[in-house]
Amino acid sequence: MTSYAVETRELCRTFTSKEKRGEPKKVVNALENANLTVKPGELFGVLGPNGAGKTTLIKILSTLLLPTKGEAFVHGHSVKTESHKIRYHINMVCGGESSGYGLLTVRENLWMFSQFYGIPSKLAKGRIDELLGVMNLQDKGDAKVRTLSTGMRQKMNMVRGFMTDPAIIFLDEPTLGLDVTTSRQIRLFVKEWVKAETDRTVLLTTHYMMEADELCDRIAIIDKGTVLACDTPENLKRRVKRESVLRIEVTGMGDAKPVSGIKGIHAFNAITDPAKGVTTISLILDEESAISDILSAITKGGGRIQAMQKTDPTLEDVFITLVGRGLENDNDNQP
Amino acid sequence: MAMRNLWRTFKNSAWLGWQMESNWADPYLFAIYSIVKPIAGTLILVFMYIFLSYAGGGGPTNPSLFGYMYLGNALFMYVAQVLFGVTWVIHDDREHYQTLKYIYISPANFYVYILGRSVSKIAVTTIGVIVTIIFGVTALGIQMPLSNISWPLMLLGMSIGLACIIAFGLALAGVSFLTARHAGGMNEGIAGIFYLFCGAIFPITVLPSWSWPLASVLPITYWLYVMRVAFFGLGSGVASYDAMLAGYDIMQGLLILTVSTLIFIALSFVIFRFGDYMARKKGLIDMTTGY
Repeated sequence: MTSYAVETRELCRTFTSKEKRGEPKKVVNALENANLTVKPGELFGVLGPNGAGKTTLIKILSTLLLPTKGEAFVHGHSVKTESHKIRYHINMVCGGESSGYGLLTVRENLWMFSQFYGIPSKLAKGRIDELLGVMNLQDKGDAKVRTLSTGMRQKMNMVRGFMTDPAIIFLDEPTLGLDVTTSRQIRLFVKEWVKAETDRTVLLTTHYMMEADELCDRIAIIDKGTVLACDTPENLKRRVKRESVLRIEVTGMGDAKPVSGIKGIHAFNAITDPAKGVTTISLILDEESAISDILSAITKGGGRIQAMQKTDPTLEDVFITLVGRGLENDNDNQP
Repeated sequence: MAMRNLWRTFKNSAWLGWQMESNWADPYLFAIYSIVKPIAGTLILVFMYIFLSYAGGGGPTNPSLFGYMYLGNALFMYVAQVLFGVTWVIHDDREHYQTLKYIYISPANFYVYILGRSVSKIAVTTIGVIVTIIFGVTALGIQMPLSNISWPLMLLGMSIGLACIIAFGLALAGVSFLTARHAGGMNEGIAGIFYLFCGAIFPITVLPSWSWPLASVLPITYWLYVMRVAFFGLGSGVASYDAMLAGYDIMQGLLILTVSTLIFIALSFVIFRFGDYMARKKGLIDMTTGY
């Protein structure tokens, strides 16, 4: 028995692809010896690029997937042997999908799911109306689900997840593919929901740094199945000194990679916006003396410096420091 | 409490199944469809019978054979529809509606959920079977006086038979967890085996003798026999048309049907649990393949 809302011990999950003609089996380590603890009442984030192992972790914790090795406990119960006990205390919402029975109305869909959790019908209907209001979806309550937009379906799924008032909710990229307003609405709701009662726990995966930074009490940074760091956003950012974070905006520079080889650079990341023709180079320096070499390398490469500033470290900088590349290299733009 | 939760799951999944069966069209169109579909399906068999009878010379002169195949074909709708319906729940919820994982992680008993979803299929199929039988009696002259029907036997046989068919469906649903591409072919294949070997439209003795042992261990064989006895009476031309089963009295038929059904229910539970475990192990519960 554990007092944590979620606890993983040396959790591993491998996926083995089928052998195809001429191609041997491929083994992918989606999670490697992941050790995490989430306290009751915590809003815990798992931050990492696509393919980092975030969804695999949520699938294991929500009893959809068995681990290959190690152990995971949710609400004190083992995901391997007590999945039926866990299910009374959890719910899950996944972003970027359009689940729901299109033939039913929004209210019918939600009510039906509430019944699978044994919520008395009257109470369920009240919660559904309340949450539809919070999500600005009350006027769509009697609309068939097939007529909803992607964003509306996502909001409906948020209602589905929260209406059961779970002790622990797993949110897998809940704002993926949503517009800025809807994403903000959802973030605000999640923040308020977890604060409303002391024992509500949220485990949220995201590859949006701003989302993790804004919402989470603690964050685990994960890449290629390995948990690289786990702390509060502030403590994580403290790992990177303010003086050492440099951001340079350059135009006319074809390849920024030569800059990365300069002595005194701890970590380097470059993102080019093709529409504007601007390359943003993020650098974490070991030695400030490297700056003159960096500027001369940019000039030699044909680049024109538009802006240069030392900034407060972000979670992106933490990620670059830990992994050696930026989150944005793998992901879509932030909403 | 536990029983109440199971009942609630059953009731709501049955409601969902009914919505999905009937909610795609307006009620009148759905009613017409429910009547026309089984009759149209049956007419194919009727025309085949008439054509073959005339081709053999003399026309349709064997009412026992016609009654045998007509009732067998009508009742077989349950096998085809329920097997298809139950296994398709996994595929449809997982791939099309993408709701399977959310139901799976809920406290609802998933076995009971699938069971509930099969109820609507049974309801819709029952309408089809009744329409087909009424059409056979009124339009095709099948001799089935109401006074000859053994209602208690019919209800008992129907209950055990449906339990057996649902058990087959649940076993296939367990296998469906592990496959996406073959879900449709699998249940059609199994239904095809039953159709061929269980005496649905022709006596088992028509088949090569090596297939008889297979027919004799399949509960559907005895279900069809019991139902023919219930509808036409023991010793009637229809009920005794199959020489292999004519030697059984009705109690023997019922006993074998009951015992084999119980065995298949236990087996289906084991297969379902195994399929569920393997799907969780392989990460297939929320698989979307586009099939």
